[in-house]
Amino acid sequence: MKKFDKDRLILGLAGPVLALVVAIVLTTVVLLASGTNPWEPYRIMFESASYVDVQVLIVNQAGTYYLAALAVAVGFRMNLFNIGVDGQYRLAAMMAALVGASVNLPGPFQIALIVLTAMLVGAFWSGIAGILKTTRGVSEVVSTIMLNSIATSLVAWLILPKNFGEQPAGSNNLTTGEIPKSGWFPGLSMGAEAGEIYGFTFVAALCGVIYWFVLGRTRFGFDLRATGASESAAQASGVDAKKMILTSMLISGAVAGLVGMPTLLGDSHTYSLDFPTGLGFTGITIALLGRNHPLGIAFSALLIAFLDKSSASLDQYGYEKEIATIMQGLIVISVVVSYELVRRYGLRRQQQKVGEELAAGGAIKTDADAESTSDKGAAL
Amino acid sequence: MHALVGENGAGKSTLMKILYGMQKPDEGTITVDGDQVTFNSPADAIARGIGMVHQHFMLADNLTVLENVVLGAEKLYGIGQAARNKIGEISEAYGLGVRPDAYVEDLGVADRQRVEILKVLYRGARILILDEPTAVLVPQEVDALFDNLRELKAEGLTVIFISHKLGEVLSVADDITVIRRGTTVGTADPASTTTKQLAELMVGSELPSPETRESTVTDVPVLKVADLRLTATDSDGVVREVLSEIGFTIHRGEVLGIAGVEGNGQTELIETLMGLRDPDGGVITLDTADISHAPTRERRESGIGYIPEDRHRHGLLLESPLWENRILGHVTERPNSRRGLLDPKAARADTRRIVVEYDVRTPGIDVTASSLSGGNQQKLIVGREMSHLPKLLIAAHPTRGVDVGAQAQIWDQIKAARSDGLAVLLISADLDELIGLSDTLRVMYRGRLVADADPATITPEELGTAMTGAATGHLEAAPEDEAR
Repeated sequence: MKKFDKDRLILGLAGPVLALVVAIVLTTVVLLASGTNPWEPYRIMFESASYVDVQVLIVNQAGTYYLAALAVAVGFRMNLFNIGVDGQYRLAAMMAALVGASVNLPGPFQIALIVLTAMLVGAFWSGIAGILKTTRGVSEVVSTIMLNSIATSLVAWLILPKNFGEQPAGSNNLTTGEIPKSGWFPGLSMGAEAGEIYGFTFVAALCGVIYWFVLGRTRFGFDLRATGASESAAQASGVDAKKMILTSMLISGAVAGLVGMPTLLGDSHTYSLDFPTGLGFTGITIALLGRNHPLGIAFSALLIAFLDKSSASLDQYGYEKEIATIMQGLIVISVVVSYELVRRYGLRRQQQKVGEELAAGGAIKTDADAESTSDKGAAL
Repeated sequence: MHALVGENGAGKSTLMKILYGMQKPDEGTITVDGDQVTFNSPADAIARGIGMVHQHFMLADNLTVLENVVLGAEKLYGIGQAARNKIGEISEAYGLGVRPDAYVEDLGVADRQRVEILKVLYRGARILILDEPTAVLVPQEVDALFDNLRELKAEGLTVIFISHKLGEVLSVADDITVIRRGTTVGTADPASTTTKQLAELMVGSELPSPETRESTVTDVPVLKVADLRLTATDSDGVVREVLSEIGFTIHRGEVLGIAGVEGNGQTELIETLMGLRDPDGGVITLDTADISHAPTRERRESGIGYIPEDRHRHGLLLESPLWENRILGHVTERPNSRRGLLDPKAARADTRRIVVEYDVRTPGIDVTASSLSGGNQQKLIVGREMSHLPKLLIAAHPTRGVDVGAQAQIWDQIKAARSDGLAVLLISADLDELIGLSDTLRVMYRGRLVADADPATITPEELGTAMTGAATGHLEAAPEDEAR
């Protein structure tokens, strides 16, 4: 039945492509309306992306985004909207940085300890929302948003010099102290000028493989997807919905805990006030655009990272780099609309096609063996 | 009054959708009152005086009848006294007996159906389409509905009536069209046709009967339920007993049928047996193990098969391919998985086997469940549950919305499994099915098993009476009276 597979693939791609086209058209309209040249910014962005150093920046950024989007996608696959990835990763990165700076173990152990701390803290923070949902029925959307805000305050308080933070001499910044060299994750050098790709970017890619395997090939993954597809059917099939909610919330949080790791282990080696923020929200966009599929997410993470990094050069040419931000916003809107359209179209179309095939006698026959029918189907 | 009969997937629903403007035809014409028309949406159809009463009621429970009727049609007579008068007028004219201020949630199934009909008439329909209107009614209610329909006919309205129940069709219709695989295969005159001939026209085979021949009941109990109680808190915070003092035993090779008007606790009973609800008292024993509070998965693994009442909500992942639906509910069992890992190859192969053995009409196993017709979805579910050789099958309305051909097949499968020692708990609104398949019958009323009957001697009418709570104890004069 390759035909249906091909159909599904085409429909699967139609959504994102439609969304991107609409987003580009709308951005161009915005550019035209604001009286700027509508083509030049695109050209500048592409040109900028042709430099190796920008490419390295894009890849590094994409790795971080990828983790954030995976964390969101785990929730999405089960109809949970973890908006709290943002708070989870910031708190996790900060705690991991604190732990990392206060102990000094040999290389791999130091890194493992930091990563583990981050995952546990992330899971803990999302677990609060999970427990609230399973015991009190609090919507995870509300609780994770609130937990984001609590995380912000908590981080700000913990990083005060009178608590756990430090203020480097001659600086207004606050940090958690530097992690010893043993806790630095080696990167892949792309040449002196270009800089290096964070080693953790490869861990992010590995996470994508694990995500694919767990969701697609394990019982647990099946239960999780079934719950996302239809909670009532999953429950009747024997899935403990509450346990599932809590587990996936914990997993989502643990993955969220990794989001800060590429930067922390590969670049900053400390958590400071200027640690990147808002990655969790970008992760939502990317997960949506990538349809929660590990490859889709990878492409969309690269795309969003490209918009981010290549737009930096717009300023030099007198264009606002917020053009990229507008575009990201438009992508989100068009993704939501176009996916729903494509989904409905696809369902209707398939129903129709199945009807047609049956009318034409294309059913798998009772007598004929399945082998020959599937051959026939493939040949069609 | 025109009846439309045909197998499931024959295209009845599609035809109705086209008539009601929900789908557009590729070719052909529709003529209403001599005018050729095209419908782009149900609104066009309504404007032409066509109204549809869906199989699943589309009413808001927490609104009154009046509010439900005017909802979406506020422009016609407003929402005040004028609307109330109009409703009274229609109700009077066709003998519907609708109370405009009752809340829909307080109404029984038959009353809700009348509200649906009234809703359609209120919008000025002259042609009514009824999609399997009798599926949810007991015989007495069916008669009342037919009286209403005759009333409508007498007033000059046209009724198009879709049904699987051929006896009903013959008794009420003036003209019958039979369709199969999307084309009209024949018309029949109810005055000179028998159900048998009609069925043959429909499927090209003999009318199946649910009757089981000889008893295969053994004295080995499979499921014992003792003094089961379940309470539920309703929206007002009042705790009600949904199930009380439920007790029965099903033996190997026995089919226990439970009759009852829907909403008398059958759904809750099944959900409690499946572990979806936790009982407040009582003991459920499967073989020798106490499973009163065991999780659903454990129950399934220990050999309970489940054909749910609402296959869309509880039996299928509609947007997933068939082979994933084959895994649903049995993810921990072979051939679906091994040591925690799915085995898609084996699952797919087995899905193909089910499709062939159970005659699921589909072009392949990668299509989504939602693209199959209801009967074929049901066959897939039956195949799936039977493939794991259950000890006990809980079957709720196993042939609801399923055509005659598939119905016979499902009955045969249940019968075959029963003679191999399967115990079955059967819940059905189809009394012929219930009487025909069961070895023992119980009647459920307001959460209690109020009566029992011998399927060999009881008639659907007697059973129907008991279902309304009018009779208790052992139905019919029999020496041993084991009423509870």
